[in-house]
Amino acid sequence: MEAVLYFVRYLVFPGFLFSAVVGLLTTWVDRKVSARVQLRVGPPWYQPFADTFKLLGKEVVVPAGARHTGFLLMPVIGLAAATLASTILWLVNLRPETSFVGDTLVVLYVMTIPALALILGGSASGNPLGALGSAREMKLLFGYELPLVIAVLTSIVKVGSFSFEKILIYQEYNGVMLGSVSGVLAFIVMIFCAQAKLGFLPFDIAEAETEIAGGTHIEYSGGPLAIVRLNTAIMYLVLPLFIITLFWGGVNFVGWRILTSVLKYVAIVVIMVLIKNTNPRVRIDQAVRFFWGPMFALSAIAMILAIVGY
Amino acid sequence: MSLALKALKKSPWVFHVNTGACNNCDIEILDCLTPRFDVERFGVLLVGSIRHADVLLISGPVTQNILPRLKRLYEAAPRPIKVVAFGACGCRCGIFRDGYNIVGPIDKYIPVDAYIPGCPPKPETIISGIVKVLNQL
Repeated sequence: MEAVLYFVRYLVFPGFLFSAVVGLLTTWVDRKVSARVQLRVGPPWYQPFADTFKLLGKEVVVPAGARHTGFLLMPVIGLAAATLASTILWLVNLRPETSFVGDTLVVLYVMTIPALALILGGSASGNPLGALGSAREMKLLFGYELPLVIAVLTSIVKVGSFSFEKILIYQEYNGVMLGSVSGVLAFIVMIFCAQAKLGFLPFDIAEAETEIAGGTHIEYSGGPLAIVRLNTAIMYLVLPLFIITLFWGGVNFVGWRILTSVLKYVAIVVIMVLIKNTNPRVRIDQAVRFFWGPMFALSAIAMILAIVGY
Repeated sequence: MSLALKALKKSPWVFHVNTGACNNCDIEILDCLTPRFDVERFGVLLVGSIRHADVLLISGPVTQNILPRLKRLYEAAPRPIKVVAFGACGCRCGIFRDGYNIVGPIDKYIPVDAYIPGCPPKPETIISGIVKVLNQL
């Protein structure tokens, strides 16, 4: 019975179906806000759904030089991992008793899998531009993981526990992490790392449509492309939720807190879209230097402040 | 009408290829994405890879060098794909028809679903052409 319940949770409510719908709506918010920033009208709300259904109905082309299994399997593995991260995050927010020791680290690891799947899928495509995109994505991964982990550890050090439940309870009684200096610094680092993790400007080096024509997803078509895009959509839901849970008191669906939860989420998404729309693409060496230099310094300062108690 | 086809009408992604045009048409295509015309309202996106495309927008007469690549591009596109010949040169080779390196208009080599004439076509013409292509579905 317990197993069935977890299965339903994974596939339907906080899991796949719910995350996909909310994630796709978030990509619509992204496109609409981008359009408004550029003084355009932008697409209607059902646009991401139309895109997904269209792609599911199209022919799937597997290039002659590709490794079939790896090429087609990787988007599915990425999607499964993104869904798992989303399910854990929603469950600890809505039902804190489902939290377990070390779930922050589990989510941190699981969030890396979509990027790894994209790297493997790009290299399996047999396209030189795909391989180039994979190489760039890998370098970017090495770049942003370091400040990301230190920023997450800031919150953990402050609370003294590895579980989301303790972090949420701590914020309930002592005020949100964003109220402290270390919290604000770590929050800034997290926003930039999320930007890189989602492959948004200024860090869309691995996809770079105008330069390497889609990079890692250049050879995907039809259904697999829909899954790759769904993957990004769910990660778009996971990362703001992860940041809110660690630094901004989590989300909750009880009474008035629905409104504040949605506002927090939309605020983070809009910040990310604004960064995306006001910055040009950086080179890969600039990106790695940015993450290992200023961002690492900022997260290290946040960490030291958290240990001292600020 | 099936759901996939209905969705296709709402989100045609365009891959643009220049087969030897003078670049004027290409500038006019970019005009469609500007705030004044904003074709993203109808779900139209310019994509970077032929594997993502639903509409193949070809501008220019076909030159000898580009011909094999044009044929490969058409074969590489996932079906259903719609082909649109763009500009006077795309439709009938235009002022380049007597050129020594021109091997003929696009529809001599691959089936074309719609023609958008003009030198260059106005953005309004382009939008009307796209609507006609979508109504064929």
